[in-house]
Amino acid sequence: MVVPLHHIIAIASLLFSIGVLGVLFRRNAIIVFMSIEIMLNAVNLAFVAFSNYHGNVHGQVFVFFTMTLAAAEVAVGLAIIISLFRNLQTSDITEIHNLKN
Amino acid sequence: MTWLDINSTLPELIILATALLLLMLEVLSTPPRNSFIWVALAGMGLSLASVLGTPLSGNYYGNMIALSTFTRFIDVITIALVMCTFLFSAPYLRRTLEERGEYYALILFAAVGMMLMAKAHDLTMTFLGLELLSVPLYILAGFYRNRISSNEASIKYLLLGAFSTGFFLFGIALIYGSIGSTNYDIIQQAIVNGQELSRGLTLAGFALLLIGFAFKVALAPFHMYAPDVYQGAPTAITAFLSTGPKVAAFAALLKLVIVVFAVTTRHWWGVMWLLSVLTMTVGNVTALVQDNLKRMLAFSGVAHAGYLAIGILVGTSDGAFGLLFYLAIYSVTTLVAFGLVALVEREQEDGLEVSSYRGLAQKNPFIAAAFALALLSLAGFPPTAGFTAKFFVFNSAVEAGYIWLVIIAVINSLISVYYYLRPVVAMYMREPEDDRRVTLPPITVPALVLLVLVALGLGIMPFTLVQSGVSAAASLF
Amino acid sequence: MISDYLPVMIVFLLAAGFAVGALIATHFFGPKIKGKIKSEAYESGIEAKSSPHTRLNVRYFIVGLVFVIFDIEVVFLYPWAVVFKDFIKTGPFIFFEMLFFLFILLIGYIYVWRKGVFEWE
Repeated sequence: MVVPLHHIIAIASLLFSIGVLGVLFRRNAIIVFMSIEIMLNAVNLAFVAFSNYHGNVHGQVFVFFTMTLAAAEVAVGLAIIISLFRNLQTSDITEIHNLKN
Repeated sequence: MTWLDINSTLPELIILATALLLLMLEVLSTPPRNSFIWVALAGMGLSLASVLGTPLSGNYYGNMIALSTFTRFIDVITIALVMCTFLFSAPYLRRTLEERGEYYALILFAAVGMMLMAKAHDLTMTFLGLELLSVPLYILAGFYRNRISSNEASIKYLLLGAFSTGFFLFGIALIYGSIGSTNYDIIQQAIVNGQELSRGLTLAGFALLLIGFAFKVALAPFHMYAPDVYQGAPTAITAFLSTGPKVAAFAALLKLVIVVFAVTTRHWWGVMWLLSVLTMTVGNVTALVQDNLKRMLAFSGVAHAGYLAIGILVGTSDGAFGLLFYLAIYSVTTLVAFGLVALVEREQEDGLEVSSYRGLAQKNPFIAAAFALALLSLAGFPPTAGFTAKFFVFNSAVEAGYIWLVIIAVINSLISVYYYLRPVVAMYMREPEDDRRVTLPPITVPALVLLVLVALGLGIMPFTLVQSGVSAAASLF
Repeated sequence: MISDYLPVMIVFLLAAGFAVGALIATHFFGPKIKGKIKSEAYESGIEAKSSPHTRLNVRYFIVGLVFVIFDIEVVFLYPWAVVFKDFIKTGPFIFFEMLFFLFILLIGYIYVWRKGVFEWE
């Protein structure tokens, strides 16, 4: 049985929206990160589905790059969170407000 | 793929090699700390030589990148910006004892990203360029690991940057889904011939791409992060943050709009119009109440993104030329302005308020004069180049029929005069509070000379840049 | 179409029902003994040295980050290996391309090594 394209697009969009809402409403930097990962994986799902639909591999190649980027961003992000934690003893982004006027 | 492909990205490869060399110098040997900047500058110089020496054009790497006069124009701006950043960074880093090879290497990586973004002829490449630019900047914003403000700037920039990347990627996914390719030419052909899965899907993809770009260039209402990040980052980095991503993202967006999405203008011009007006108004009005110069210049940068968006909206070759001219002028003047703020800044991020600039003209006439020139150019006073640049952009918009947009933009420029003049008044018409002089490091002199050449020289004799700008804009069509 | 999934559904319901049922049953019928030994993580087993909620050394994170970065680069080797046979006929370019990629990774490796990421002290 073949899953129709629009089902996958719907799921990808739903996942993406969950990720967006997570970024907007969660306050812990780590969880915000996880939400961003959900967004990126929604993108990957969409790419693979479209790639299958169009019958070419461009989309799948793109997924490799997305995955690499996600890894790079996580590495940099966790490193920054570690150094922030060393200075502030928290990873709650609502605590970070020294720069607001 | 052939050796000619390698040749086409020679400038990037030279920069990449320099960056890797710097990393190795940092860990494998113990060279004198102040030698890093010379290695980095030498690499950029070689890269500039290869940009000017190999005037290739055409498509390479299997249509992944396309070279033209346009990309060479952006390359030269990029190299100039990066070199100026280095010149201002060296004294700043030396003062805070943070001069390390990684700093220069990261800026060089970002420079490669900028140059690839303009060259990209495929959304894959655009995305890779954007990320190669962004990820080093996240790290650089947090380069001062022990400063809480630097950490905060970094985490904010990273979270919002990654968030916007998500939109950017989903946009690419939808466009790919609708057309089945990420190549600019194929997408353009498919849109013209209507061979899409659905026009709505393509446009939704473009809208998401636009959100991604709007984050990167800090268009309102996606500009919220910019002032916080620019204020918290080390000032020498702020200089690059406020100019580099703007140049690259506007160049890529311009190319994307003109080469690919020109035929769909009637669907999205309203959104772009609104973004432009909102951005310039929010930027200027908020800048009015800022006392911290880094924040003020950050909001000024937001306002200028609004003017630059006009160039995207116009979509004619005049508009593209105006945008390129404006980008060149804006980026150099803003970078030098931030660089001068970094010079005047004291320990512990002190001395950033407008009040600490009182009487600077008596203490440091050169720094004061250069800063005043940069601010006047940003405000758009004739005969500075800021005025000429605004004239070109507004003129092209009037010709394209966006009269109201230009009226709003002119009113905004008038508002901006107030906050640009405040530091100038403080420097020239107030008495100094103390007699602390700032020493002007000799290494920054070339950057100041470039400022004078760009802000004053191009204001009086714009035609020297007009020719290359026009041919760069024409090569897009 | 939906009937294709019916067996899966039944298995799922059975599994969930058994799990929940077992929990409820032990709650009602099982003996309730409370004590210090009873509440240990491994009853009659190895004694727990410390709370599992202690902070980990930051080195774990840093090694983890380095692992993630180098691990993900391998995905580029797979498609390269797949097309290698076809492309090597047209010239050795594809081989040197991957060497160049690995060279950049090597530089990154030397960098983290010299920065002392792998030293556990």
